[in-house]
Amino acid sequence: MNATAATNLHPDECLLRPGNTNCGGCGMSIGLTMLGRALAEAGDTCTLVIPACCGIVTAGAFPTTSYAVPTIATTFASSAAVASGVASIRDINNESGQVICWAGDGGTYDIGLGTLSAAAERNENIIYICYDNEIYGNTGGQRSSATPAGARTTTTPWGKSEGKKDIMSIMAAHRIPYAATMSVAHPEDFARKMSIALSMQGMRFLLLHSPCPTGWKSEPQDSVELVRLAVASGLFPVYEVYDGATYRINIEPDGTDPAEYFRRQRRFKDDEIDLDVTRRDCADRMQLLKALAALYPRTA
Amino acid sequence: MSVQVITGNHAAGYALSTAGEANRNARGTACGIYPITPQTEIVEYVAKFPFSKGRVVPVESEHSAMAVSMGASMSGARAFTASSANGLAYMAENIMVTGYYRLPIVMVGVNRTLGPPWNIWADQGDTLMLRDFAWLQFYCENNQEILDTTLLAFRLAEDRRILLPVMTCMDAFIVSHTQMETSLPEQAEVDRYLPDLDLPHRMHQREARTMGGLAWPHEGLSMRLEIDEAMKRVPAVYQECRESFKEVFGRDPGDMTQTFATDDADVVLVVSGTMATTAREVVRKRRAAGEKIGLVKLKMFRPYPEAALREACQSATKLAVLDRNYAAGAGGVFWQDTRAAFQGHRDDLLIQNYLTGLCGGDVTPAVIDDILADIAVREEAGDPVWMGIDTGEETLQ
Repeated sequence: MNATAATNLHPDECLLRPGNTNCGGCGMSIGLTMLGRALAEAGDTCTLVIPACCGIVTAGAFPTTSYAVPTIATTFASSAAVASGVASIRDINNESGQVICWAGDGGTYDIGLGTLSAAAERNENIIYICYDNEIYGNTGGQRSSATPAGARTTTTPWGKSEGKKDIMSIMAAHRIPYAATMSVAHPEDFARKMSIALSMQGMRFLLLHSPCPTGWKSEPQDSVELVRLAVASGLFPVYEVYDGATYRINIEPDGTDPAEYFRRQRRFKDDEIDLDVTRRDCADRMQLLKALAALYPRTA
Repeated sequence: MSVQVITGNHAAGYALSTAGEANRNARGTACGIYPITPQTEIVEYVAKFPFSKGRVVPVESEHSAMAVSMGASMSGARAFTASSANGLAYMAENIMVTGYYRLPIVMVGVNRTLGPPWNIWADQGDTLMLRDFAWLQFYCENNQEILDTTLLAFRLAEDRRILLPVMTCMDAFIVSHTQMETSLPEQAEVDRYLPDLDLPHRMHQREARTMGGLAWPHEGLSMRLEIDEAMKRVPAVYQECRESFKEVFGRDPGDMTQTFATDDADVVLVVSGTMATTAREVVRKRRAAGEKIGLVKLKMFRPYPEAALREACQSATKLAVLDRNYAAGAGGVFWQDTRAAFQGHRDDLLIQNYLTGLCGGDVTPAVIDDILADIAVREEAGDPVWMGIDTGEETLQ
């Protein structure tokens, strides 16, 4: 039998190695770097389970890899199920190390949703991180059910008429131990949530708002600022749900107007976004979350 | 070893479970399971098996059932599952990648008609549609054979010269739900036959390796070539696995191709699955009446046992290939490969296809007699002939 001693990720070692060919301003790359840092700080490591998405293209071509941890490329709909198998064998062998799915919004909100829902219902002992760039980026920018209303993609050339799916409510409804949203603009919040997730057992779902300059038709240097605007204006609420039962809002919107967020992305045409409707939707969503957090507060 | 009267599904469930249990001193076992008639009893058997070191994961679809087994196998565990018909079609993507990942997963396929029209009865079209997916395939005709072949499948799949998944197949209901006397090996015997799995390319937490990512054409091509080389090694490795099986269990699991009365036969029936049992009986009777008829049962379908088949048909002038499947627009699948096997070797041989027993139809001795009557008067091969269809008048041509 092979030796199975786990080697934790060294603090100086990048999870995403230098030399990868990701786009400038890629939010997913920032997320991977922050994930690596969180693992190193916790003295932990992981196996990455990645379905079809930019995240697996990131690995590069055989025999090299851009990932400093063992990584499995799965079929598009299967990451949560493959991870269930990997985690099962880890657990029955009493081994350490996290099993982390790293999937885009296509593999999470769309084709992999049934698989993810089933893994959540079984409370599999895995961490599932969706880097949500609101588009099928790897295939050149098609709409997903995470694409917001009004966004132009190659398959919604006149703007998407439907709104973004509320994946967090869906996942929270599974009453999994932990569900949280994060933004690459808020590394301290990311680090805190990863630390919580790494200390827990069972299904942990993390949704990371992740800018994609190529798909959003934005400037790479604006990436972090854009998602910061999304949080500040309430377009992307940053909150966490424990056991599907208790809520906490982690970053309160500061009243920033969402107009700037739309203006700086050429996927939105100024004249096609009804800002009044958008402002009202943001306010309604925050009001609902605040009500939930007040009624069912996470106090610990 | 105990002899019990059990169904084919019970036999298959027993083989899968004891094989998984036999890996308890290594990395254990895990599998994803999902029900579909007529294989459900197999996964039910697995679900209640008291594994010492294993986990059975009841998932939401066949696609995920194979995905869980893949994850377990990549982690070095012994993994398996079972499915049928539309379930196999739904699972197909992950069946395909299992072969290309070179994971030694064993799956029992209970051959059921692909719907529509909705139909739960025997037809081999479901597993045969997966024939090009880098899996080995074996077709079994009774309960003992499915048990023995499924155990053998693990040893063959896990052999370092092979490292490919194996599908063992049986006809719906005719085997899956029929009780027969079956010898069940003790766990200690299975332990002896199936050594601890040490998968050379399994994932290790200490190795930063990416499994299944992008490869450029020359590397992708080399990986396909390696599969071709492994496939070519199967016949020899199979014989080794068969010999060890005899030593441990005191029983012959059967050859890849099985001949009956072929030595001086003019006409040879080429059959698979439960059709072999019926056809063998017809051949036995007609041999007694002095007719030079023989039979080849193709137990192994992938890799296609071309050399053994040619060897078995040396004296034949005519082959009747029976297919309990239909590749729309191209006849029967066994027939296509049989024709290819003889091309350039025996261009004088008349090879006629008979499509029979599809969608759960019975292949009775009378159907076999009709086939023999048809081929007896043929001077050349023609289009595939549909047999055993009751049109109210005569057989539909």
